[in-house]
Amino acid sequence: MSVSNLHMYVMSAPLLTAFFVNLFGRKSPAVVAVLTLGSLAFSSLASLAVMGNVMVHGRISYVAGNWAAPYGIELVVDHLSAVMLILISVVALLASVSALKSVGQELPGREYQFFALYLILIAGLMGLVLTGDAFNLYVMLEITSITSYGLIAMGKGRAPLASFNYVIMGSVGACFYLLGVAYLYLMTGTLNMADMAQILPTIGGGAAVATALGFILVGLWVKMAFFPLHGWLPNAYSLAPTGAGLIAAPLVTKVTVYLMVRLMFWVFSSDYLFFTHPMVQSGIVWAATAGIICASALALAQRDLKRMLTYIIVAEVGYMVGGVWLANKTGLTGAVLHIVNDALMTLCLFLAVAAIVYKLGSGEFDKLQGIYRKMPITMAAFTVGAFSMIGVPPTAGFFSKWYLILGGIEAGHWEYVIALLFSSLVNAVLFFRIIEIGYFYKDEHDHGHEQRDEAPVLMQAPLVVCAVALIVIGLGSGPLVESIIKLALPAGF
Amino acid sequence: MELIVAKYNYWIYVVLMMVGFYAMIGKRNLVKKLIGMNIFQTAIILLFISAGVKHGSKIPIVDKYEALEKGVDVASIVNPLPHVLMLTAIVVGIAVTGVALAILLRIYREYGTLEEDEILEKLGK
Repeated sequence: MSVSNLHMYVMSAPLLTAFFVNLFGRKSPAVVAVLTLGSLAFSSLASLAVMGNVMVHGRISYVAGNWAAPYGIELVVDHLSAVMLILISVVALLASVSALKSVGQELPGREYQFFALYLILIAGLMGLVLTGDAFNLYVMLEITSITSYGLIAMGKGRAPLASFNYVIMGSVGACFYLLGVAYLYLMTGTLNMADMAQILPTIGGGAAVATALGFILVGLWVKMAFFPLHGWLPNAYSLAPTGAGLIAAPLVTKVTVYLMVRLMFWVFSSDYLFFTHPMVQSGIVWAATAGIICASALALAQRDLKRMLTYIIVAEVGYMVGGVWLANKTGLTGAVLHIVNDALMTLCLFLAVAAIVYKLGSGEFDKLQGIYRKMPITMAAFTVGAFSMIGVPPTAGFFSKWYLILGGIEAGHWEYVIALLFSSLVNAVLFFRIIEIGYFYKDEHDHGHEQRDEAPVLMQAPLVVCAVALIVIGLGSGPLVESIIKLALPAGF
Repeated sequence: MELIVAKYNYWIYVVLMMVGFYAMIGKRNLVKKLIGMNIFQTAIILLFISAGVKHGSKIPIVDKYEALEKGVDVASIVNPLPHVLMLTAIVVGIAVTGVALAILLRIYREYGTLEEDEILEKLGK
């Protein structure tokens, strides 16, 4: 282990553990728990050390198999990928504590299968944020997708059907991305992202480069469920086993937004993106606006907690895509900060849902009557997550939304600002409806004597940690932006 | 017409891709959708492979000592990199197809059919 290869260990730990989970976890779920938590705890600590190294040394690159950079595959960690690495390993660690309980209940005896896929999914996500090679990125993208297909198909009832739709849509997305890379490779003759970034300005912005950008963007939008390409997401995430939703909902879409930022600013240049075709830039902000409004409206129509949250995820993707394409520093800061915050608040809400589903069997609104008396701790944490999603200070969600709104005003995109406010309002309506059902409605069958019936401590602990983290990150978001996020933004932007 | 003849490999890729895309969107049978997805992937593989071809060139296996002495004339060999990339892409494609077939098997056991309309009808009941 050294400075230059520590980030490889962060990624290898869950990948190698996945095989051991599959080999030794068949007999006892306890072995699965120890291996999973052990490897993710190692990754979390190591990713913090990687962040420390990056603060001191700047960009750290590791070339696989000792083939020098433009020819071999490079695994790079800079400020932005270090932030993402910490986010992925910490979110995965928290989610897995709760998922162990939930999977034990929903898929008894199949823990080893579930967690083998789960760990490979996490390794794939880490690979996505580390890779410096455009084709390697495609492979990592498919590793995360294939494991997600498997995890989702493990659900009951209609889950395999939802998973099959995801396979078709996901493959179209990946193929579009690969097609975009094909055009870039034909134009530049290289697959290394840093190398491409140097060659692209010299060959000008011809039709082939524009086509490449178009295919890459559409491919990633399918993968991140950007409205109107979101069709696969609500069914896939709400029918999946609760444990699969816990990891996929906070991380997969957010990491794909990161990929869009990475490819836009580290392969193409901001000059090319925003000035060569200015209509495209404002068109995408309008698309994001439409996405936020439509997804929020669709969320209103749902009668199940999980399904409602999946539509909120689609709306949040619109926030981030719009923020990135506002083409100013404030908007991009907001988008990057929102990647972090949204991952944590989605995790917080899904952890609460996992606890509710564990106790009640489902998250239908009708079943939630009197839930505040039954599960006070879970619902307190849920309320913090909900406030963050609405954007109530001092929770984390307020601050990133504030940056996004300021960015929208700066860029003169008032429609985007209005969409953000509308979406916050809809979120307020959505969550206060649940608070109303859960707090004020009484079950007809008993007369105010609901017993406290909390979820197991192992499901509450990560939830409480996550809710506290939302408030701490919210209060500390000033220093966070100054000391880390600013450094993570592309140079000269 | 000249444009079509000179770049016929690209036209074949575009046509194949559209065939695959149509099967994925237009067909109501889930297996046909999956086959459409495979055709779609094959089209991209064809694009990459045909981009590596050079007229009158040989396979990229060169004698080490001769290459060290005289160097390699790049124009005389086919570009091997797209082939290597596409080997990986084929493996990825097979993995996706395998997972998709396993999922189809579960769907068939659940609903007894692979026609999308019939499945939706059963779900509606």
